[in-house]
This record gives sequence, C-alpha cells and structure tokens, in this order.
Amino acid sequence: MKVRAQIAKVLNLDKCIGCHTCSVTCKNVWTSREGMEYAWFNNVETKPGIGYPKDWENQDRWQGGWVRRDSGDIVPKQGGKWRLLAKIFANPHLPEIDDYYEPFNFDYQRLHNAPDSKAQPTAKPYSAITGKPMEKIEWGPNWEEILGGEFAKRSRDYNFEGVQKEMYGEFENTFMMYLPRLCEHCLNPSCVSSCPSGAIYKREEDGIVLIDQDKCRGWRMCISGCPYKKIYFNWQSGKSEKCTFCYPRIEDGQPTVCSETCVGRIRYLGVVLYDADRIEEAASVANEKDLYQAQLDIFLDPNDPEVQKQARADGVPDSWLESAKHSPVYKMAIDWQVAFPLHPEYRTLPMVWYVPPLSPIQSAADAGKIGFDGLIPEVESLRIPVRYLSNMLTAGNDRPIIDALRRLLAMRIYKRGQTVDGNADPAVLEQVGLDEARLEDMYQTMAIANYEDRFVIPTNHRELSTEDAYGERSGCGFSFGDGCHTSGISRTNLFGSKSPRQREHSQPVSVWSPRSKSTEHDS
Amino acid sequence: MDYLNNLFFGYFPYIAGTVFLFGSLVRFDMSQYTWKTNSSQLLDNSATFRISNNLFHIGMIFLFFGHFFGLLMPHSWYPYLGLTAGSKQIMAMVSGGAFGLLALVGGSYLLYRRLYHPRVRAQSTRMDIFILALLYVQLILGLATIGVSKDHLDGAVMIQLSNWAQAIVTFSPAAAYMADAHWIYKAHVFLGLVVFFVFPFTRLVHIWSAPLAYITRQYQIVRQRQA
Repeated sequence: MKVRAQIAKVLNLDKCIGCHTCSVTCKNVWTSREGMEYAWFNNVETKPGIGYPKDWENQDRWQGGWVRRDSGDIVPKQGGKWRLLAKIFANPHLPEIDDYYEPFNFDYQRLHNAPDSKAQPTAKPYSAITGKPMEKIEWGPNWEEILGGEFAKRSRDYNFEGVQKEMYGEFENTFMMYLPRLCEHCLNPSCVSSCPSGAIYKREEDGIVLIDQDKCRGWRMCISGCPYKKIYFNWQSGKSEKCTFCYPRIEDGQPTVCSETCVGRIRYLGVVLYDADRIEEAASVANEKDLYQAQLDIFLDPNDPEVQKQARADGVPDSWLESAKHSPVYKMAIDWQVAFPLHPEYRTLPMVWYVPPLSPIQSAADAGKIGFDGLIPEVESLRIPVRYLSNMLTAGNDRPIIDALRRLLAMRIYKRGQTVDGNADPAVLEQVGLDEARLEDMYQTMAIANYEDRFVIPTNHRELSTEDAYGERSGCGFSFGDGCHTSGISRTNLFGSKSPRQREHSQPVSVWSPRSKSTEHDS
Repeated sequence: MDYLNNLFFGYFPYIAGTVFLFGSLVRFDMSQYTWKTNSSQLLDNSATFRISNNLFHIGMIFLFFGHFFGLLMPHSWYPYLGLTAGSKQIMAMVSGGAFGLLALVGGSYLLYRRLYHPRVRAQSTRMDIFILALLYVQLILGLATIGVSKDHLDGAVMIQLSNWAQAIVTFSPAAAYMADAHWIYKAHVFLGLVVFFVFPFTRLVHIWSAPLAYITRQYQIVRQRQA
C-alpha cells in the first residue's frame, strides 16, 4: 500500500442552475489571453447535446483515454509509444479550432460611430485570430444552451447509447440537465501518458495535473489523448494549457475559483486518500461496468488507523489526514455513494465526481401514471432516463445510479415530512439503507451546503517545498515560463516569442466619411 | 573572388556553427517557453495539410541524415560498405532526389498555406514565413544540383564537396575545395550554412527536442514536491 492524498471534487448536478458563473470567473482569471480565447477550462454544457468541442464524448473519433488489450494491459487509445510518435508530424485525431469555435470579439465601436440610418447599427463580430470580420458565428462553447438547436443534432449525444431516444425528441418527453466540465485531475491521466516530452505531470502532494510550460514542446498529443478534451492548444504561444485546479488557491487552503463563485453551491472540495499501488489494477479491470467499483475500491478510509499509519509513513501531513476525515468528497463519493465519476469507461480514474440530477416526476405521479416502490417513486419514471445517466457516470451500470437517486428522493421525502407535514417517516430511510443521523449529515452537506461544509481544504505545506524561503522573496510569481519579463516592452524577444498580453492586430474600427450632417456635433 | 570564397566557405561555416550551437544553448537556457514546434495544426487541420506535413518532415529527415553521412563519412570507409565514389554518387542522386521531391511536394502546400490561409498567416511570425521560404528555396537548389551532378557521375565533385565538409569539421583549411564548384553547389552550401546560422532564432529548435526518450519512459509521471 502506498497512500497518496488528492484534493478531489464533487459537483451536485441536482442543484446546478446552469448560470455559467463558474465558466466566466474561470475565464477571467485563466484564459483571457490571446491564443486562449477559445479555451474554457471550465464550461457548462446542456445535455443532451454533443458539447464542446463538438462530439467530445465520441472516442471512436477523437481516440482519447485508454483501451484494454486482450493481454490485460492498457494502452492509450490513440496508440502505444511507437504508434503515437508515428503520428507526431500531423496528429490525425486533433480537433480543429472550428470544432471548438472561432473566437470572436464584437466591434462595439460601430455602435458609437455609425452614421445615421433607419435600422439600428449592430456590433459585427470579428475573428480574434485573423482580426477580420466574420460573416456568422457558427458554434460556441455553449451552443446547445437549454436545448438550443434541433433534437436530431443534439441526439447524436453519445449517452443515448442503448436508449430509445426517438421519444425524447417529443415535447412532452423532453428532458435536459446541465453538465459543468473541467479537468478531471485523473489518477491515471491519459494526457500525461501521451505527452512525448514528459511535460505533463501529476503532483504527488495534492494530485493536481499540470503542464510544465517550459518543457511543453507543442507536440499536441495530449489534446487528443485527453478523452474529456480539457487540454487546449494555445495557438499563440504554441503550448498546451489546461485547468490548473487553481493550485495557487488550493495551496493556500482556498477553493478553486469555479467552486468559490458557484452561486448554486453545488461544488465540493476535499481530500481523498487512495492506494497509489493499485491504480493500474483498478484501471485495467476487464468489464467496463466494474470500473466505477474498482475506483471506489482503491480509495482508503481516513478513519482506519492502519491507513493513517501508512499515510504518515508515505509523507502525508497530519493536517491532511485530519481534513480527510471531514472531506465532503469522501462522504458523497464513498460513504453515501451518491456521486460518480464522469465516463469511467475511459479508464483514466477521474477525480471530479458528479451527483446525478433528479428530474420532474410529480405531474405524471399525480395523474396516476407512476408506480411507487414502497414510499419512493420509481426512479425509472423520472424524466431523465436512468440509462442516460449511467452511460455518463457508470459506464452503463444502472444499479448504482438507481440507488443514488433513490437516496436523494428519500432525503426529500423525509425532510418534507419533517419540515412541512410534521411527521418524518423513518421507514423511507430504512428502505434506502440510511439512518437518521446520516441523513441529517447528508442534508446539511448537500442541501444546506454551508461554505465550511463544502470546502475542507488543508493548506499545502510550502515550507516543505523550499529550503530557502528567504531566497524566494521578490520572485516573479505567476509568469508564462519566460522569466519575469513576459510582458516586456518589446513585442517579441530575440527568439521570436510574442507577448501574450499584446495583440498583433489592432481592433478594427469602422471607417466612414463624415457627412455634412454629422459634423454638427463639433460646431 | 578568392576573398568571397574564403569568407563564405572558409569563415562563415564557423560563424554559422558557433551561432547555431551557442544560440541554441542560450535559448534553451534562457527562454525555454519559446522552445516549441509552434504547430498551426489547430488552425488548419485539413487532410491536405496532414499529408503535406508528413511528406515534408519525412523528406527533410531523410535529407538531413543523407547529407550528414554522405558528407562526413570518411572516404576510406566506402569499400567496406561496398561503395565506390561513382555508385555513392548515383545512390545520393536517386534517394536524395526521391525524398527531396517528397519534401518539395509537401513543402509547396505548407508554404502556400502559411502565406494564404488567413488563420495560419495571422498566427505566423515573420520568422516562421522566412524559415519556411528559406528551406523551400534550399530544397529547389538541392534538387537542381541533380541536373549538374549527372554530368560527372564518377563522383569526383561529390568527393570534393565532402572533402570540404570534412575539412570544416576537422578545423583544416577548407575554402579551396569549394573554389571550382558549380554555382548551384555554392548557393546550396551557402544557404545550408544560413539555415544553421538562423536556426536558434526560429522554430527549427524543436529538432533538438525530438522526443525519442518517450519510447523508454514510464507512462505516468508524478512529481514530488521540490525540496
């Protein structure tokens, strides 16, 4: 046993309102630079839909993640080492910018300086790459927002596998949910294993996966290697960039920006201990449907004295062990088993987990169409098909999803009885294997979701990272790996690197000749 | 003429070589963030591009090693490989011609794309355009030498040129070997030296980083906190 700790995350989709605050705050902090306009380290998709970049879940097309060979070992789906290097001159599985969208700005100046006209002037979009006006915006990071577009196109969603999807195109049966996505900071990351220069790494102390910007050479195999398409190629700097899990904040005991600003309070961060010796074993189980359970099995109980002893021996600080005991992620993912990994079939062992959403049931139930399973409505009659959720979260294994949804329903029924009807019925809890104390904890964590319950983040022990803190003073802090002079005066340095803060093309301003009429303002 | 010949083929090789080695070292040391392939595949990922880029790279890599061994292999080794100057000359013309053609076909599209694809053009630095154009002209000159070489299939000129290259790398007087060469050879050799000269200032530095170590590396990398 080798114990490692990771700051993991859970998103409670049952409470996501799709407001995109996470995406916007993340963009403002991390990807507002030239070259990264198209990149959203965090984006929120409306499901069903093909998502961003288009069709990202279709690994027959993008070849992300791992595959298990007959021999029982796993290799990146895009090929073993030789095959991967053979693709290095032109990666055949690389998405093009149009699969994300061509980044654009609007020519707002036009609204100020348009001449008199009968129609209102419009701010035309122009490309952030070429600086040229764009005819039409064709796609964006959230093009399918709230069921935008035709069902025929959205229904190419990979999660409809094994679902009779035709009926869900009808208005009466339609359903939707939000899926906020970010880097999964996997235990078995396929981006790391696809990187020819070895620039991507997982941090031992907190599990955050980062790209060394100095070592990245732009071979771009990680972009196709990541099945979640959460590594982005910065077309200006020629390097790959990804979600950093806001590591400067995490190190300081603060939640990531997306979590901090989540108005729905759906995001949870906490320590999870796992057995690093069993990663490969868990990622290689034969049946895809067992991958969820296999990953659960390598997580360790922070209250077990044996685990604590080994963790100390492996260098996990005491403050981390203490935090692990109160980790909301541990509770939801392992203790209550209401949270699940996103697409475990990619065999990456992702560490950002999701609580599946409940969906409307009441109207149909009132009409007497819905069966009850004891005191709980049958989850099969929820609007979102269970198979759709299990395709997304458990590789098509319905049972754990059904159990989790039943627990969520039981929590609602019990608390409604307690607070509205005044007669809480413990029978409903027994039916799903919960007791009252546990349910209250669940309710406190998931429904009330106070800040201190959502984020239990021990500070990183920086004093262990440097021998000479005094020598670190006046360092240049966050930079783009180009020393402290990234935003120097010259546009390029001797070796041809452009400043990421300056755009080469100036923003276009409409040119027009003032007619005699409009000069009146000046006089 | 002697003065220019000396300058271009006697001294310039050392200037270019010094800038090549020292410049690469300085860039690697000081500015690794700029050390990259600078791929534009994200902006144009057409099938034509993918084929062209493969052709260009495969052709160029063969040409590099062909020149490397062809010029620097001591002449006394030829018999051990079953070669004579004449047969080596023909082998060089045929294989160099074939791979040069591959690179030329690929390079033609790459240059066209770099100049006329709006997104790729917008992303390009002046140096990106310059180095591709330079390599393209160099390719054409290299292919043009085949036409000249067919007039002396005995390999005498080839021996002369490799004498020059070997004299350069062994720090011996070299310029005289180039004095009587056809102007196409001179132009080709000179441009080749220019490529070395500008190398550290271009995206070509990614050649140094050919990721061969990937083959023997473990798949997963976990970094420990640095003490």
